[in-house]
Amino acid sequence: MGWLSKALSGNLGQKLIMSLTGLFLISFLLEHLLSNLLLLKSDGADFNAYAEFMKTNPVIQAAEYVLFGGFIVHIIYAAIITVKNKKARPQGYAYNKPSENSSWFSRNMGLSGSMVLIFLIVHLKSFFVPHKITNTATMTIYDDAIITFGNVPYTLFYVAAMFLLAFHLNHGFQSAFQTLGLRHPKYTPFIKKLGTAFAILVPAGFAAIPLYICFIR
Amino acid sequence: MNLTVKVWRQKNSKSEGKMVSYNVKDVSPDMSFLEMFDVLNEDLISKGDEPIAFDHDCREGICGMCSMYINGRAHGPKTGITTCQLHMRSFKDGDTIVVEPWRASAFPVIKDLVVDRGAFDRIINAGGFVSVNTGGVPDANAIPISKIDADAAFDAATCIGCGACVASCKNASASLFVAAKITQLALLPQGQVERASRVEKMVAQMEAEGFGACTNTGACSVECPKEISQDTIAKMNREYYAAKASSKNL
Ligand code: HEM
Ligand code: SF4
Ligand code: FES
Repeated sequence: MGWLSKALSGNLGQKLIMSLTGLFLISFLLEHLLSNLLLLKSDGADFNAYAEFMKTNPVIQAAEYVLFGGFIVHIIYAAIITVKNKKARPQGYAYNKPSENSSWFSRNMGLSGSMVLIFLIVHLKSFFVPHKITNTATMTIYDDAIITFGNVPYTLFYVAAMFLLAFHLNHGFQSAFQTLGLRHPKYTPFIKKLGTAFAILVPAGFAAIPLYICFIR
Repeated sequence: MNLTVKVWRQKNSKSEGKMVSYNVKDVSPDMSFLEMFDVLNEDLISKGDEPIAFDHDCREGICGMCSMYINGRAHGPKTGITTCQLHMRSFKDGDTIVVEPWRASAFPVIKDLVVDRGAFDRIINAGGFVSVNTGGVPDANAIPISKIDADAAFDAATCIGCGACVASCKNASASLFVAAKITQLALLPQGQVERASRVEKMVAQMEAEGFGACTNTGACSVECPKEISQDTIAKMNREYYAAKASSKNL
């Protein structure tokens, strides 16, 4: 399999891994959003039952390792590619106007991704660690979510992170298809529109839940 | 027109460079950007100063030599043209214009605005050709090619190897240049024999030269004087993944 590791270690191979893990994480976002919608049901029984299922089902346990692996690989390759690309231009321009030829989102994937990573760490610490790893939670996960999101600064932090996720997806969604070579005059205009819609609607859906719990409920 | 031109001056590849400011007087709006540099250089020579070294050859947008990063953009503020096709009427009297060489570790500065683009030649040498044994000239119309493929191959073949794609890419990636050649030859019947090995070798050489990885910002196509499309990069990626998966080069 020497040929395979060689093929995957070059620029194009690393980008292949970035795009596949990115698309995998996109599919995870959709699943996560749909399950979060259960938080909107006011008694919490369904959300708690769902959380219990996720905690105990063996298939889900296996999928969770794949998910963590996906994040880690995506982040490691993001770092490798970002460092390599910085090295390709050791001396920058005294005067540069990149906004004339490319979008801010496309040029700042490292920044938006890093912000998502910071959010991810805080987010795991709030819910995943006490309810799944250490089992130190003193209440149901539904009650915990209601209390956590009742905290205004936490909710605002969550909403800000969703903006950065939106920035990341706005470029990332269609970029992944381009990296895979999936570009065609019939389908690419649709993929780009779908990417923009996904980048707006999914983070907005995530943000709406804590905002509802914090300010309306 | 009277202008202030700030130019990168660097004695040779070893020395440190710096920006130097010059006043250029009585510039005609009908001059090309390179002619404005000729006027400035005449002035420098008459004063006994070293003229500014810059690359140029055809001065009609076909050779790809003229490489200047002007006011933050490859080949200046207009799209679809080279520096020699840029005219001074695109600027205003009293403007300050900043001119820098292409910046990329794979394009080291030789002197002032001249960079070494030998990396491009080595990528082409690695596989950007069709091997033909000598013999009689084949009949031009003997090999049928669909009009759509012929047009797409021709569009890709208009690349003049100027390096604006590398210069404007935030990653100094050469993807557009390499993809243009791979697309051109992969679409034509003559390119089929070496199709898989070509993309493998050219991409490997591109990486060995130290160009960055493409993150699909699209800057290259916007700044390319021949407006080569992002379609070529998607095509290169497809060709590369297919070649790696199926070729017998272990
Ligand atoms: C739910 C979380 C995430 C999703 C859905 C996601 C999705 C994506 C997608 C689809 C791409 C485009 C891949 C391509 O162009 O081929 C991408 C690129 C990128 N991601 Fe993420 N990502 C996530 C989290 C992160 C994190 C945590 C980081 C960094 C610490 C990160 C850093 C990057 C970088 C730097 C790129 C650009 C790399 C390139 O284009 O070559 N991402 N992401
Ligand atoms: S692809 Fe365009 S910008 Fe790049 S070298 Fe060819 S002509 Fe120049
Ligand atoms: S000098 Fe030949 S393209 Fe400009």
